[in-house]
Amino acid sequence: MPERPLSPHLTVYRWTYAMTLSILHRLSGIALCLALIGLIVWLSAAAAGPAAYAAAMSVLASLPFKALIAIALLALCFHFANGLRHLAWDIGWGYERAQARRSAVLVVAAALVAHESAHAPRTRARLWRCP
Amino acid sequence: MSLRTPLGRVLGYGAAHDGVTKWLQQRVTAIALAPLSVWLVLALLGLPTRDYAAVTAWIALGLHPVLLALIVLLALWHAWLGIEVVIEDYEARAGLRSLWLLLCAFALALLAASGIYAVLRIALRSGA
Repeated sequence: MPERPLSPHLTVYRWTYAMTLSILHRLSGIALCLALIGLIVWLSAAAAGPAAYAAAMSVLASLPFKALIAIALLALCFHFANGLRHLAWDIGWGYERAQARRSAVLVVAAALVAHESAHAPRTRARLWRCP
Repeated sequence: MSLRTPLGRVLGYGAAHDGVTKWLQQRVTAIALAPLSVWLVLALLGLPTRDYAAVTAWIALGLHPVLLALIVLLALWHAWLGIEVVIEDYEARAGLRSLWLLLCAFALALLAASGIYAVLRIALRSGA
């Protein structure tokens, strides 16, 4: 197969907000794929019976997994908010540079607020209560 | 009028013209997943306890099995569309690219079957 034309590499361009959010959208999407595997393993453990479920919950209650769940929740909040931004672009809204910058800041703020409120003390107490 | 030469057409160069379908599927699954994911996270955060009896009862309750099955399928579909693009972007070697795509497709199919089976098993056991 002959060589095809190649678009310029990333390093050619000045780094921008849009590029940061774009790569974060990919990273959070990949993180959510792993979280989805976790959800399906958790459902499968619940389907397999009380012993398998207890084993799965003791793994989930360990510190590294608590941190992973917190990261997955943050990834979901970000991917959700930035996904809405992408849908807004799809209907033709927000392409001006100032608008795109404002929506970028809004997305990061909304993701952090949503993640923080999910981790509010009362919720957190309920979230980590284990059987 | 097409500007492509007969030779170019025969060699299969140019766009495959199925990109819009996947683009649209990605948006439709995103729109469907937005309310479903909010429901799932709020419901899981709101469960009073997370012991076996409470969780399986919640999974089997009313339309929950349907919603959970939808989340599993739509999220895996949405994930596939994303993973596919990531692999195509970063794996330049055609053989390896096909291998990764094949492995991911098999893994996602296995996850879909496992997820649906788990939800059905819990729902039918509790409901019967």
